[in-house]
Amino acid sequence: MSDLKRTPLYDLHVELGAKMVPFAGYEMPVQYPLGVMKEHLHTRAKAGLFDVSHMGQVIVPGARAAEAFEALVPVSLTGLKEGRQRYAMFTNDEGGILDDLMVANRGDHLFVVVNAACKGTDLAHMRAHLDVVEEITDRALLALQGPAAEGVLEALVPGVAAMRFMDVGIFGWNGAELWVSRSGYTGEDGYEISVPEARAVEFARALLADEAVEPIGLGARDSLRLEAGLCLYGHDIDTTTSPVEGNLAWAIQKARRKRGEREGGFPGAARILSELEDGPSRLRMGLRPEGRAPMREGVEIFASAEGGEPIGRVTSGGFGPSIEAPMAMAYLPAGTQEGTTVYGEVRGKRLPATVVPMPFRPSTYKR
Amino acid sequence: MKFTEDHEWLKTEGDLVIVGITEHASEQLGDVVFVELPETGTEVSKGDEICVIESVKAASDILAPLDGEIVEINEELADNPGLVNEDPLGKAWFFKMKLADASALEGFMDEAAYKDFIG
Repeated sequence: MSDLKRTPLYDLHVELGAKMVPFAGYEMPVQYPLGVMKEHLHTRAKAGLFDVSHMGQVIVPGARAAEAFEALVPVSLTGLKEGRQRYAMFTNDEGGILDDLMVANRGDHLFVVVNAACKGTDLAHMRAHLDVVEEITDRALLALQGPAAEGVLEALVPGVAAMRFMDVGIFGWNGAELWVSRSGYTGEDGYEISVPEARAVEFARALLADEAVEPIGLGARDSLRLEAGLCLYGHDIDTTTSPVEGNLAWAIQKARRKRGEREGGFPGAARILSELEDGPSRLRMGLRPEGRAPMREGVEIFASAEGGEPIGRVTSGGFGPSIEAPMAMAYLPAGTQEGTTVYGEVRGKRLPATVVPMPFRPSTYKR
Repeated sequence: MKFTEDHEWLKTEGDLVIVGITEHASEQLGDVVFVELPETGTEVSKGDEICVIESVKAASDILAPLDGEIVEINEELADNPGLVNEDPLGKAWFFKMKLADASALEGFMDEAAYKDFIG
């Protein structure tokens, strides 16, 4: 693993007994001694601390940054108020998704967080279209998620409890500047906190000192986001899926749609706008397999228990520790109704599953 | 008790052999969420994939350690797959089989050899 990068928290992960695995070019903790199942349940019951420093942190400066950035995403950014964050996706000319991301309006600049695996291509893409793009390489990124997150962080960083879901703000902690957003990737209330690299371990230890907080690895991060119905780039969405097919139309504001004030003007607008009007041919949907056998990525979905061609494929699937049952996401023909029984072929056997709305478990954001 | 290189344990009970997975294997798998067992009466050959274990991480197979017939399965694992993590060497046995050749057991590792094997 010699050519893999390490986050500023690497030594702390090892000290905490993490099992380290390669992920998106980094050595990352997949689990701690608690194990995936208990880490998942702990996050839902109290608070989990995640190291997400492998993700890309980017600043796009300038008073006109929001306007310029709108040329890359189907999302309204000039309509995004200062101190607020929004989910977005970079699209390509065919209307596929290059990456999904968070964009925050911080007054005189945008703060953008992108996926680790796409960081390099995202930066090149932004630099090809925007005047100034600054990659932040001297900050770690932590996420504190779960019902106890508010109390734990407020005790260290007074003021964060007043934030609402998708608010962003700058706070001080023992002389360090923290960039805080009230958001996450678990379906829980919580925060994502950008902290100067040199202070990251000290800050993480301060959070872990609270008995409500356990360190959580990538394994539980995946089952938490899956229960919350959130997409994993490269699996549930990619360059072949449009935002509308990906069931992400909610992220495209009226202003960018047909007859909106700033209609289109982003890559792939022709396809995406027509799919918004006429509906896509396929759509990302939730599946609840009957029984306990998980349907994992790649499982083919059929309309009937025997014969026929596949109607879709699972893009993410596994066992949901909080719902105590397997769950999956799959692309299915757009007209497929909730409650329909479909069949996933697992090890040569067609097993029934019900089409269900997502999230699989209600999210608890502080709106 | 004998051990295979596929991290199964084998214990004789009269003329039957009880098969499970080792503590090391259960730790490597992580939390087990689903177990699929073979049907009793199935004739199996050494190396056949006869059980599936799904953990929170991935699916793995249990291979038939030797030629023989499955005579009993542990139904409790279907309802409570977490037993594989809680008590891999005891309550979480997978199946009992009647060996085609009982002397074939001799070739497997004993506990000391298995401990060396997993390092």
